Amino acid sequence: MKKLINDPADVVAEALRGVAAAHPELRVDHEHKIVYRADAPVRGKVGLISGGGSGHEPLHGGFVGPGMLDAACAGEVFTSPVPDQMLAATRGVDGDSGVLHIVKNYTGDVLNFEMAAELAVMETGVEVVAVVTDDDVAVQCGTGVPGRRGVGVTMLVEKIAGAAADEGRDLAGVADVARRVNSAGRSMGMALTSCTVPAAGRPTFELPDDEIEIGIGIHGEPGRHRMPAMPAREVAEQLIEPILADLDFTARGGVLAFVNGMGGTPLLELYLMYHEVATILQKSGVTVVRSLVGSYVTSLEMAGCSVTLLRLNDELLRLWDAPVRTSGLRWGA
Amino acid sequence: MAAPAVIDSAALERWVRTFAVAIAENEELLTRLDSAIGDADHGSNMARGMKAVLARLDESPPADPAALLKQVGMTLVSTIGGASGPLYGTFFLRMAAGAGDADALDGAGFAAALRAGLDGVVARGKATAGDKTMYDALAPAVDALDAALGAGDALGGALRAAAAAADAGRDATTPMLARKGRASFLGVRSIGHQDPGATSAALLVAATAATLA
Repeated sequence: MKKLINDPADVVAEALRGVAAAHPELRVDHEHKIVYRADAPVRGKVGLISGGGSGHEPLHGGFVGPGMLDAACAGEVFTSPVPDQMLAATRGVDGDSGVLHIVKNYTGDVLNFEMAAELAVMETGVEVVAVVTDDDVAVQCGTGVPGRRGVGVTMLVEKIAGAAADEGRDLAGVADVARRVNSAGRSMGMALTSCTVPAAGRPTFELPDDEIEIGIGIHGEPGRHRMPAMPAREVAEQLIEPILADLDFTARGGVLAFVNGMGGTPLLELYLMYHEVATILQKSGVTVVRSLVGSYVTSLEMAGCSVTLLRLNDELLRLWDAPVRTSGLRWGA
Repeated sequence: MAAPAVIDSAALERWVRTFAVAIAENEELLTRLDSAIGDADHGSNMARGMKAVLARLDESPPADPAALLKQVGMTLVSTIGGASGPLYGTFFLRMAAGAGDADALDGAGFAAALRAGLDGVVARGKATAGDKTMYDALAPAVDALDAALGAGDALGGALRAAAAAADAGRDATTPMLARKGRASFLGVRSIGHQDPGATSAALLVAATAATLA
């Protein structure tokens, strides 16, 4: 294993030292491994927190700042944070308007956030609503009780719900927007390579040079099936077909098309993929009104990509376009 | 003839410490099993949690069974993360509630506390038999313990029966199709792999036979 690390046990803590050093506009609680916007809590605004295993950067800490999250809890690599962290973050961002928990649908994340919400209500009286993201069409519903994984749509929920909170909506209103974004978005991912969790020291799964893994999540877990390596044009079809089969994206409001890198894929290839995706969408009668291309929801150094489509309407488009100022996403502010 | 109440906080501490040693010895195995159908972190997560449990026990050994079990549960919830943190944490917290304020438990009392812990795991994780989870090792073990004690077996024999049932339950997870946790995302590809959670749970039960008999 070759990585830019010191001790595998210290990866998350030392990366957070770097976040604190690089970003004076953020405040890092090193004990609880929480990244806050420096001015949290913002009085009168619904607080937004998220969190999850580390290794998905910039998700979630890179999306802390005005217009998006108030705090993000960092777990160990690919491991949910613990309830103490979410409890501390909930306290830290509560501006007397309640706190929204944005949770990716993985058993560990859901259980730890659930325990944190129970503790928050008992110990602080802060009102907490959790919204769980589950946009991954690779997971077929009905086979698994946990349901679909939360992947690419999570950052879109964080952006759009963050804008809704900035507009002064109450907790129920912000949670409603978050749920609507989740239910209007679908994702599908693929991997060219596996990735190595620092503490494990070797790749999570073996993938021969001439094969690709279709239907992966974001934790280096194997996908639903393996295929021989194929041109980008065909990979794009493999990813988009199940998305379009799952939800109608031809409505008048158009879509946000998001090509996301898994961490080890050059932007050159992501734009090449975006071209293939846009071409298929045009042929399929889907109108793209916004795009996003880059590595935002990653799986360490895994090579590969995911495609997320989000159905937009005037309201969601306006909230997407609203100013945001975070280290990972920034415009208009 | 009433069974002697032999399981005090010192005995439970021996159990927990023996489990910690077993986790440390099997950390690589648990991680290898988890990398086949999960995300390769069960070994390191459990090892981190049990290391923290030992540190807390060294610092402040609790005086009665419920306090000890509660301390173990809270430490695991706070240090493991993933699904195992809330599940193992809830297991020990519910065991603590089940132990009540007794200074020591007899076999039946310990079995009742284990049952309470198992019920907590079910309430938290909503797993049922055959989902390919820690439940598949724990539930047969608790059933076997109840049955053996009910039949008048001595505590040692009953705990050995429980350990054998946990091992059999663990082995039975291999051909199962996962319906919970990350392994379920693999669908039929989860078949043919032993469940890491059932494996660590079998170590927990084996530690009872090694220390409380």
